[in-house]
Amino acid sequence: MQKISQKSIHKYLRHDKKFPHVWCPGCSNGIVLGAVIRAIAELGLKKDNIAMVSGIGCSSRMPVYADFNTLHSLHGRAIAYATGVKMYKPEMDVVVITGDGDATAIGGNHFIHAARRNINLTVVLINNNIYGMTGGQYSPTTPHGDIATTTPYGNIDPTFDICKLAIGAGATFVARTSAYHAIETQSFIKQAFEHKGFSLVEIVSACPVIYGRLNKKGDAPTMMKQMKENVISVKDYEKLSPDDKTNKVTRGILMHDTEKKEYTEAYGDLIDSLDESEGGSNE
Amino acid sequence: MSNNKIKPKTVLMQGNEAIARGALAAGLDFFAGYPITPSTEIAEICSVELPKIKGKFIQMEDEIASISAIIGASLAGARTMTATSGPGYSLMTEGIGFAKMTETPCVVVNVMRGGPSTGLPTKPSQSDIMQARWGNHGDAPAIALYPNSVSESYALSIRAMNLAEKYRTCVVILSDEVLGHMRGPIELPDISKVKIVKRVTPTKPPEWYQHYPDNPKYPMPKACFGEGYRFHVTGLSHDAKGFPTNRADETKILMDRLRNKIAYHIDDIVQIENYQMHDAKIVIFAAGITSRAAKEAVMMARKKGIRVGMMRPLTIWPFPDALVKKYLGEKKAIIVPELNEGQLSLELKRVMGGIWNYETRKTKKIKEINRTDGLLITPDQILQTIMEVK
Repeated sequence: MQKISQKSIHKYLRHDKKFPHVWCPGCSNGIVLGAVIRAIAELGLKKDNIAMVSGIGCSSRMPVYADFNTLHSLHGRAIAYATGVKMYKPEMDVVVITGDGDATAIGGNHFIHAARRNINLTVVLINNNIYGMTGGQYSPTTPHGDIATTTPYGNIDPTFDICKLAIGAGATFVARTSAYHAIETQSFIKQAFEHKGFSLVEIVSACPVIYGRLNKKGDAPTMMKQMKENVISVKDYEKLSPDDKTNKVTRGILMHDTEKKEYTEAYGDLIDSLDESEGGSNE
Repeated sequence: MSNNKIKPKTVLMQGNEAIARGALAAGLDFFAGYPITPSTEIAEICSVELPKIKGKFIQMEDEIASISAIIGASLAGARTMTATSGPGYSLMTEGIGFAKMTETPCVVVNVMRGGPSTGLPTKPSQSDIMQARWGNHGDAPAIALYPNSVSESYALSIRAMNLAEKYRTCVVILSDEVLGHMRGPIELPDISKVKIVKRVTPTKPPEWYQHYPDNPKYPMPKACFGEGYRFHVTGLSHDAKGFPTNRADETKILMDRLRNKIAYHIDDIVQIENYQMHDAKIVIFAAGITSRAAKEAVMMARKKGIRVGMMRPLTIWPFPDALVKKYLGEKKAIIVPELNEGQLSLELKRVMGGIWNYETRKTKKIKEINRTDGLLITPDQILQTIMEVK
């Protein structure tokens, strides 16, 4: 892993009028922003060629700080907007920044269909288990029994395993880690950029101010430690007894398929095949 | 494209096809859509034609995704369109608001069918006229065009693409089930001679570029993703560079521009047709498919010696306020036949200050003919009303 200096990150940020950022103290979003930028710096991707697209929510505020072609779209729709960008300009690197609510509740349909198409988007999903921007309502990943402002008596909803959902829908690169594992986050995002096809990197993150307080999880450093303990490698996870497996999530690359055809490439082939058969004539 | 000169020739074409072909003539190179009756032919034709010209077609998972994809593609530089009908249009309205707010050109076709809800999918309607104006939440003016023939569907499709580019906004083409599915003659123009409003690229260096300049020239210059400008786009209230703002002064500039870019260019946007208006005492005000019956009714009435004319807005939004006042102000009576419960007539009453009586559903001057059972208003029905008010 190439070491990216703090200073070199600065040239990827927008410095006029955007800072201080909107995120609460202890929020993991900054770690993820850093990891995304380091991955981009490491790969030497051109700023002009990157489109960063987001929906609505805490994580989705990220693009405004980054000096790329940035699109802060509508709630749940980031992947659909990104599909338009990528489809029209397949040569661009399109990264989607989204959250658990944005991508799997309101945006669930776009999420699964982009995965099915295997369109080359790099989806960075920051999973903080709550709707933070609106003040702490339960999301599809809020653990069973947890408190949110709309589950005052405890959450009765079962949760999504977002990575399994993506794999089931046909995503060809799926990885999960936590914001505690910042180096791994950077590495997975880098690999996701390199992967040709739909890639999802789920980053389990901490929301100490809202989710943490509602559920008495402790302060930000405590929640960091919890991520260290609860987000474990597949190998370690397998060793655990069924009882110990509750509350634990696996991290690692859970799917990496390089065989499935990428969508914009398939469309490019379609255009080429027509070109050959029609000899360029068109009325 | 072949090198041979394509001579104008008359062909038989379907209304929906004319919309698709018109857009293609105007440079359409990206279409995202979702199947819905009675608009589906537009998507089908685009799926055939776009890959031939290295354009892109994608069938999305729903209408929300379709409007999202065309806005994304438009930001990347595409000339875009999607097509739908009432239920799909309802789903698209949030995205339409986003396109207006972020000043991103795109065209949405609404081939109207009977409503509300799933309604009458295979029957015509004109009940989305108000939705085309007020569909999205928040204040944002609308541009909506409504043809009444196959050849005009083609022409207005070109025009919609151009207006979208010029004013950097979402332009709606209204059509209806009958107009979309009927076949009519159309003289296809030489595509190389079709007037296209080309994208104006910014001349300023990227660090000075403002995606949202105050008092811009039209066509509004527009940078695209991947061209070195790296601007920000958000549906939040934003400043000249596109960055979010809460400031009242910056928000006011934004809201004023959204309103004024339409309001100050009404003469450029609005088109009407006047038929036999020179000596008319009674005027039928009708749009789209209903105006065809209205024209017939005018001819029938004239044979009986009744001086009737017709005024037809080709541009529904912005509403032709000034022209309505000018041509209809002094008339004895105005008849408004429409396939809804009084949407155009409501607008006429606003402009003409007619007194609205809730009991009789009538104003002094304006006589409505409304029909929402899925059938068309016939010339005879209009003639009957002419006889009543003459």
